[in-house]
Amino acid sequence: MTYAIETRGLTKYYGNKAVVRSLDLKIPTGCVYGFLGRNGAGKSTTIKLLTGMIHADHGEATLLGENVATLSNVTRARVAYIAEGHPLYGWMTINQLEQFTRPFYPHWNRELFDRIIDHFELSRKQKVRRFSNGQRAQVSLAVALAPDPELLILDDPTLGLDTVVRRDFLESMIQIIQREGRTILFSSHNLGDVERVAERIGVLVDGVLRVDCPTDHFKEMVKLVIVEFASQAPPVPELPGLVSGQVNGRRWELVFAGYGESQAALLQQHKPTAIDQVELNLEDAFIAYTRGRRRLFANDPPAAPTPAPVLVGNGPG
Amino acid sequence: MEFAVNTSDREPIYRQLAEQVRAAIARGQLTAGDRLPSVRELSRTLVVNPNTIARTYTDLEREGVLHTRPGLGVFVAAPGSELTRPVRKKRLVERIDGLLTEAVHLAFTRDETRELIEDRMTQFQWKT
Repeated sequence: MTYAIETRGLTKYYGNKAVVRSLDLKIPTGCVYGFLGRNGAGKSTTIKLLTGMIHADHGEATLLGENVATLSNVTRARVAYIAEGHPLYGWMTINQLEQFTRPFYPHWNRELFDRIIDHFELSRKQKVRRFSNGQRAQVSLAVALAPDPELLILDDPTLGLDTVVRRDFLESMIQIIQREGRTILFSSHNLGDVERVAERIGVLVDGVLRVDCPTDHFKEMVKLVIVEFASQAPPVPELPGLVSGQVNGRRWELVFAGYGESQAALLQQHKPTAIDQVELNLEDAFIAYTRGRRRLFANDPPAAPTPAPVLVGNGPG
Repeated sequence: MEFAVNTSDREPIYRQLAEQVRAAIARGQLTAGDRLPSVRELSRTLVVNPNTIARTYTDLEREGVLHTRPGLGVFVAAPGSELTRPVRKKRLVERIDGLLTEAVHLAFTRDETRELIEDRMTQFQWKT
């Protein structure tokens, strides 16, 4: 398998805080990868490391097989990057923006650029700063797609867009995927968008990649388990796969990454009156998973925190 | 038939779509030999990753619900063609037991349940 993006031990400090910790990311060619995490988890920093906007303190990253630190202009032209918030030179018109950007790329597709601009009915003579957020996103999409990139790196591309523009943006992403061998890495907080277009997801928690698996697999693996007791519930013990556990009167509310017969048998030892499994949608699964560890030892001394289990794999099928 | 995707559903998208195909066949909206939209078409109209659609089709093909004719497309297969009768029967009995368990817990009588089932049966296309 070839990887469009590969990092080995990628680490970045801001002051003495590691915002990206020993990241090993492998994104296969042709994959749409949803990059998730809460605010401050390290998504944007990772993306800036990948695009060479900032430099890593340790580790390395390769894009399309070439080291980011020494990326040639030829390879750089095969990669498109849309930064968060769609920053563009506000004083340029679309015509000027195209004239400025085109010379950087050997394969600038004028026809495609025109088609996207016309599709969104954007005026070419208007200065970029006078466009709305949604329109700026559309301009930056046109600029990103015109060079016919093999790899797209998008930092929260649909942030702040209205529902219709967002759907347009997703449709464009689907069109890109339908062309063989195109790879997309995009970060997002919109789990609905992610489930539609991403076949794999990665979840960053405090700079560490905790989840890296097919999107469906994550949704199927993360489960909320409610355990009822006849009287006040005992403290939550450590259990394999347990992400978070909360005592709530007579019940435990447990979030598992991977729940099966062995966990059920362990729960039975505590003589509960009922055990209920609740399936979660992607958004609830993500919330349960990322909010997890803080709550786990809320009432205990935080002496031996178990790291949240890492869900890595190719999943069933 | 019309497909719909609900991302706040607990079921993964590939299973939602598979269930919709099964339901459409059971209700006679799709019949054996009907062609389904291609992976590309459906991916575009639903705005869903093409691999997800492909997974739905592959799963349904494995179950014998659909079959692919190379170069021509994906078609609805003749009902029950792939599985042996005992296997089909076992699968149905499991589902019936689930349904009856629910009926008992919801405090329906035997006759009420039978009547409701008879009533719902008229909504479906049956093999003659």
